[in-house]
Amino acid sequence: MASSTIQKMGIDFSVLTVGLFVGVFTLLALLVAAWSPDPLFEIHGWISLLMGIVAIAAVCFWAAGLKRSKVFDPSAYEDTLIKWGVGVSMFWGVVGILVGFVIAMQLTFPNFLYFPEYGFLNFGRLRPLHTSAVIFAFGGNVLLATSFHVVQRTCRTRIAGGMWPWFVFWGYQAFIVLAATGYVMGVTAGREYAEPEWYVDLWLTIVWVAYLLVFLGTIWKRKEPHIYVANWFYLAFIVTIAMLHIVNNLAVPISPLSSQSVSLMSGVQDALTQWWYGHNAVGFFLTAGFLAIMYYYIPKRAERPVFSYRLSIVHFWALIFIYIWAGPHHLHYTALPQWAQTLGMTFSIMLWMPSWGGMINGLMTLSGAWDKLRTDPVIRMMVVSLAFYGMSTFEGPLMSVRAVNSLSHYTDWTIGHVHSGALGWVGFISFGALYCLAQWMWKRDRLYSAKLVEWHFWTATIGIVLYITSMWVSGIMEGLMWRAYNEFGFLEYTFVETVEAKHISYIIRSLGGLLYLVGALIMSFNVFMTAKGKTRKGEDDHVHAPTNDGLPAFAEATPAE
Amino acid sequence: MSDHEKEIDEATGVETTGHEWDGIRELNNPLPRWWLYIFYASIAWAFVYWILMPAWPALPGMGTNTPGIRNHSDRDLVAASVQELRDARAETGQALINASLDEILSDQSLRQFAMAAGESAFGDNCATCHGAGGQGFPGYPTLADDVWLWGGSLDEIQHTITYGVRQDNLETRFSMMPAFGRDQILSSEEIRAVAHYVRTLSGLEEASEESHHGQEIFEFQCVSCHTEAGTGDQLQGAPDLTDRDWLYGSDLETVINTVYNARNSAMPAWGERLDEATIKALAVYVYSLSGGETNS
Repeated sequence: MASSTIQKMGIDFSVLTVGLFVGVFTLLALLVAAWSPDPLFEIHGWISLLMGIVAIAAVCFWAAGLKRSKVFDPSAYEDTLIKWGVGVSMFWGVVGILVGFVIAMQLTFPNFLYFPEYGFLNFGRLRPLHTSAVIFAFGGNVLLATSFHVVQRTCRTRIAGGMWPWFVFWGYQAFIVLAATGYVMGVTAGREYAEPEWYVDLWLTIVWVAYLLVFLGTIWKRKEPHIYVANWFYLAFIVTIAMLHIVNNLAVPISPLSSQSVSLMSGVQDALTQWWYGHNAVGFFLTAGFLAIMYYYIPKRAERPVFSYRLSIVHFWALIFIYIWAGPHHLHYTALPQWAQTLGMTFSIMLWMPSWGGMINGLMTLSGAWDKLRTDPVIRMMVVSLAFYGMSTFEGPLMSVRAVNSLSHYTDWTIGHVHSGALGWVGFISFGALYCLAQWMWKRDRLYSAKLVEWHFWTATIGIVLYITSMWVSGIMEGLMWRAYNEFGFLEYTFVETVEAKHISYIIRSLGGLLYLVGALIMSFNVFMTAKGKTRKGEDDHVHAPTNDGLPAFAEATPAE
Repeated sequence: MSDHEKEIDEATGVETTGHEWDGIRELNNPLPRWWLYIFYASIAWAFVYWILMPAWPALPGMGTNTPGIRNHSDRDLVAASVQELRDARAETGQALINASLDEILSDQSLRQFAMAAGESAFGDNCATCHGAGGQGFPGYPTLADDVWLWGGSLDEIQHTITYGVRQDNLETRFSMMPAFGRDQILSSEEIRAVAHYVRTLSGLEEASEESHHGQEIFEFQCVSCHTEAGTGDQLQGAPDLTDRDWLYGSDLETVINTVYNARNSAMPAWGERLDEATIKALAVYVYSLSGGETNS
């Protein structure tokens, strides 16, 4: 009843609870800034304090406006948050791809942007900045924005939690800022794709649990009898990432005022936990999450029914059951016992068809609408993303076979494989969804320019092809060079000779990355102009671009089963 | 609007499931057969693999894991193949250890074996500092010339590789140049004067008043190791200062730095890490890079 009293006072309960969390965060930041003897932790304290003060100001500003406007109007969708998500996704996308280009250049020309006196531009600091920026900052924000959009539309209800979705969104940005500034300063837990230190991990845990509750709350109050397949995938992604994140980051801080911590596990157990996490970050973040995007935006954009309900059920359960076992294939021929390697490999092979189920369901959804590949470059982008998805989910099981892995492991082949999935699948399905959202959330009849989408599509596609082919060549070449023996049984090549031999491939890879970056910049411009409500002159206004008017049919609402 | 009527999709002629979300419907297509059969086949293949190979954690009292009917163990295979390689090389390796330089150079097959083994070991262990082909870097001597700090005969090279430079063993190459500036043996002006004099030894600059002053200090402080003529002493690893070969650089500031701080760099004792035949092969390889010196 307390909440209704508060509401009578004109203050929303969720604003109070969010305010409480932000207040505690700010207070802790102040303590760290004041007392930490660790200079890097102190800087993080000041950054957090600044973010906390801005957040408190925003919450107060918001609370003051509650009486005047219906900011949490239950009869309308929350779309403002999604607009923020689109903008922030584009920003982090460009940043992440740019850093990727810089480190590709550093690998090609080691003195590129290298200043011995400034540690923060070193490859070792920029590499985790790149991976986290593209996976968690870009990919994570795309997942947040699309999941908030999809769950509202397919549950036909406003997102639950009042101000809490906003807390999730801005709390996640705070996580990104702390992670990224930590990397360049040299604060790292040293775990691949899980580099943030213990306090940043704790903060993400709070944000992620809030995300889970907001998502579940929305599904709970849905006005549709069934839960749409995209929401199964989103939920699997959110729940599993929570579990992976917590277990893999179990650590003991050196002291509450130190930025450093010691991992709870050690040796091969630690390595296996790390790759259980690492592989399932690919499985549940970059696959399940983006399949959820695919399951909404492709049928919606193509205006066609999903190909097979049965396939979506079977491949969903097969995928999430099998994926979780596949991590040990990252540790073939290491101290990990062979039986665990066997399990990692065999489950990876069994994973092949469950992965392809999503590709088949997406591609076949185009049945009866294949002409849209020609007329709608946004559809083409999403369909090509499925082609890359199919290719990399075939390549993955192949590389998990121990005999193949003995050649491919530690080589650039792995880098190429990751990027065919990241640039081709995750990148293109995200771009497709963001183009849809740019048009739909700002309620435009069409994008600023379909021609620019064509330009984006081709520069990025050529960029990907240059990237992955150059990495196949250099990866297989260096793998063969490492294992080449001369007639007396001695190694034929030294390590530095393999590095030298890869130089041309590295130039081509950098060029591919540059093209991909140019594509992302073209897209940013296009999305920005669409948001401003401009349309490019001289382009056909009659291109059919499906719309999504954003008006829930609440009048017809029936209670959930 | 809950459940819709099931209807027939016009484009494909397939029935829908009757569900609808935000305008999205679903077709009631069956699982593609080829998809299902490949899925089954991959599962069947996994079961076969589990039976053949080590696969699952075992029940208590039955060992750590199911061994598989092929009883396959990577670790045993690696150990066996390493042993096999050792056995295959043992005979030639022993011949190499026992042979003198002349014998190695005159025996075609022994020389080829030594060069192949040496080149490979050099690339993996030495090239990191000395560069591929031994071209050297500042602070890391060039091995492809005829300038030798500690001696360039086959035996001397082998000794240096085995025991290292400034390592913790009795046979190691050892000497310690004083840090003339840091330890306040000479003033900064005196060090500058010495540096000028040292540079005149190899003709890098003309004699001057300052270098004459430096010469007086040199004769007092440096000649015990570098000799009066400045030609150095291999027994002490004291470099020849009259040649144009400079380990750290020949410009005035670098020479001043060297005298002020001393360098006294180190090299690992490879005898602790590599077997005797490999070290011999390395010595032959390094010797071949420069042509080496004859045994004194």
